[in-house]
Amino acid sequence: MTVRARWFILVAVALLATGYVLPLWRVDLIAPQYPEGLGMLIRIDGVDGLKENDLNSINNLNHYIGMKTIEPDAIPELKWMPWILGGLIVTGLGVAALGRRLPLYIWGASLVALFAIGLWDYWRWGYDYGHNLDYEHAIIKVPGMTYQPPLIGRKKLLNFTATSWPSGGGIAMGVAAGLMAAAVVSTARRKVEG
Amino acid sequence: MSVLTRSRFLLGAGAVTVLGLGYACGGTRTASLAGTADMAQRVYVAPGDHDELYAFLSGGFGGQVGVYGLPSGRLLRTIPVFSQHAENGWGYSEETKPMLETSYGFIPWDDLHHTALSQTNGEDDGRWLFVNGNNTPRVARVDLTHFETTEILEIPNAAGNHASPFVTENSEYIVSSTRFSIPSPNRDVPIEEYKKHFKGQISFITADQPGKMDIKFQLIMPGFNYDLARAGKGPSAGWMFFTSYNSEQAYSLLEVNASQNDKDYIAAVNYKAAEACASSGKGRRATVEYRHNFMDEFSRVARSETKTSVLQLQPADCPGVVYFLPTPKSPHGADVDPTGEFVVAGGKLATVIPVHSTVKMLQAIKDKAFEGELEGIPVLKYESTLAGEVQEPGLGPLHTEFDGKGFAYTSMFISSEVVKWNVATREVVDRAPTYYAVGHLMVPGGGTRKPYGKYVLAMNKITKDRYLPTGPELTHSAQLYDITGDKMKLLLDFPTQGEPHYANAIDAKLVKDRQVKFYKLAENRHPRVSRAEREAGVERNGKMVHVRMTAIRSHFAPDNIEGVTVGDTVLFHVTNLEQDWDVPHGFAILGANNAELLIMPGETRTLKWIPTKPGVYPMYCTDFCSALHQEMQGYVRVSPRGSTVALKANNSKGPSAGSRGPN
Repeated sequence: MTVRARWFILVAVALLATGYVLPLWRVDLIAPQYPEGLGMLIRIDGVDGLKENDLNSINNLNHYIGMKTIEPDAIPELKWMPWILGGLIVTGLGVAALGRRLPLYIWGASLVALFAIGLWDYWRWGYDYGHNLDYEHAIIKVPGMTYQPPLIGRKKLLNFTATSWPSGGGIAMGVAAGLMAAAVVSTARRKVEG
Repeated sequence: MSVLTRSRFLLGAGAVTVLGLGYACGGTRTASLAGTADMAQRVYVAPGDHDELYAFLSGGFGGQVGVYGLPSGRLLRTIPVFSQHAENGWGYSEETKPMLETSYGFIPWDDLHHTALSQTNGEDDGRWLFVNGNNTPRVARVDLTHFETTEILEIPNAAGNHASPFVTENSEYIVSSTRFSIPSPNRDVPIEEYKKHFKGQISFITADQPGKMDIKFQLIMPGFNYDLARAGKGPSAGWMFFTSYNSEQAYSLLEVNASQNDKDYIAAVNYKAAEACASSGKGRRATVEYRHNFMDEFSRVARSETKTSVLQLQPADCPGVVYFLPTPKSPHGADVDPTGEFVVAGGKLATVIPVHSTVKMLQAIKDKAFEGELEGIPVLKYESTLAGEVQEPGLGPLHTEFDGKGFAYTSMFISSEVVKWNVATREVVDRAPTYYAVGHLMVPGGGTRKPYGKYVLAMNKITKDRYLPTGPELTHSAQLYDITGDKMKLLLDFPTQGEPHYANAIDAKLVKDRQVKFYKLAENRHPRVSRAEREAGVERNGKMVHVRMTAIRSHFAPDNIEGVTVGDTVLFHVTNLEQDWDVPHGFAILGANNAELLIMPGETRTLKWIPTKPGVYPMYCTDFCSALHQEMQGYVRVSPRGSTVALKANNSKGPSAGSRGPN
């Protein structure tokens, strides 16, 4: 393992740690009646409104279409994710300290797997909210219409345009994954050359 | 401008045709077509853009304040103050009724004449707007973070609170004084014994603490009519100037009998000296009764308390506190220029505009340049305080405002024009006609140390042919002039609500970013709040039925109530559960003999309802709140007197009853 690879891992670990502070994802909702917009910030351990009461306002609007109330306390992933991230950070530091090739590969593979599972889970969560509607009590029923927000990008949901993008923490994690990959490539190339 | 009676106005109008010709012929008065396009551009605020200034125009007999955007002249809001406002339940809801309590009982109306923005260091700060009630003497505070009246103080020993509210440089005080002198204390005496018993009074009211307005002291003055006022600044800091008329002390046919003397007086009050006199124990605590009403910030329930004493000072006991400055012919405005050196008096019937120098006044006081004394108040010699006179200004000068560039603008009621003159040289430099009979005028910040300038707004009493006619009663109007150049340019002519007597305007930046968007439900301390649907419900207490109800898009909870009987009094305590901007809910019920409620997000408002006949009564939301607004309704079943139908209420029938909404 090269010195450069060790530095890549240390920087990647530091970037992962920003996930405790910065939101991972951001969803913006704009409608004619909401020129100022509503928004949600998805954090490692919770969901916040972009502005005070935005989450309440979003929940209030969602009841028209029969969507479940977003209650961060009732989402179990938000309780585990800080620990999983902590595990990645601690093991990442261990990998850098050991400086061995195999632990790096295992750590890198776990990181990729956990990120993929995380994204899939987030998508599944959006699918569940957007599809499993209470049709019996929904006030507005549009045949065939579902309300899953996009994972990345923009989508028109009735009068709202929903935009979803990684936010500070999510971008930092993406860069961390890239640095991990660079460390792996750097280490692997040394082996081939060596 | 209520000081002119209708008959005097007609007399004045007659005078215009004869005397006014000389003033009416100078310069081009109408805008050319090209000029019209220029005018339109100057006042056009594109859809979605904001105005540059908030303007607060008093509502006069409407008892309210109109909030307009300038330069567009668009009406943004009506703020109810002294008058009940059925539109939102002000003065009808149980929470707001105490605001209109007085020592004369519940008074649902007043004549709101003058506005004064709060100041810090002599500049408008955008915290509060103070206003006066003329008829049942009161002053009020309007909080500019939510555009609502939050405090009203009654003034004892007063009648016709006209020279009010007029604020000091750091909002330490607002003032009040009697337009009508009355027996002091008020009692049963023959009117012809006016000179013996009738007194005026000038009150200084502490104003810098919200919810704590009180009368610091009351000066007992000769029985004249006190009219308008302005605080000094710079060399005149610590002084307040009040105009008075009817120094003849007439008590009938004032239009003739109070117009005899060549000069009336400006009362210059050194309120710092008055404070010292009061604290040295020279005053007397008089037993009086007056009300102080204020809105609690968190419960948003108004309280009315009775006060029973006031400190009164006799000018004769407090030398150095009050001086009279002789001033020609029934002066109206006493307007202090931005430097604080000059006090301009608008003598309604005077042929000149006298300009007093406060520097000369202080010297004259030092030199004891007195021509006499009135009830212990020294009268200074006219020449000893006079800086000069504006010659041939026009007819009927009333009120002067300043642009901060050395010019003054005086409204001319009878010749119906705004006259611009140089404060230093007192030469008239421009005139612009008004349509018609201008009362007061306003330069944004014109009464402060640093006028915003740029515009002058003339408020007119008569509109005759200016708009589409609307029967015998026509709108009053305001005209906006550009004053950035040498010549005043008419830009806009717009109708106004009620009868604006006075106005203030302030840079929008100082107000718009501090707006409350909704009240926080978590901070709502109303005694009958329901912070969630599960807290709603009904409760009987003898003949009184309390309904705690919630409103959220798009339902009430509960929305079916049974067990109310004829003879019950029902109180609907409706809490708006929304926590979002611009989502008020309304509440109305068939047969309510008071008004509706408009409930702001996070707020609780209560409507009293006394059903008189058995039946089923629908209730509904009156503010188009959402797509399902028309579904936002419910029923109250009223049974005959003595019925055994149990009192009960459902919650919302939806699956989420009791859990929906902000929890």
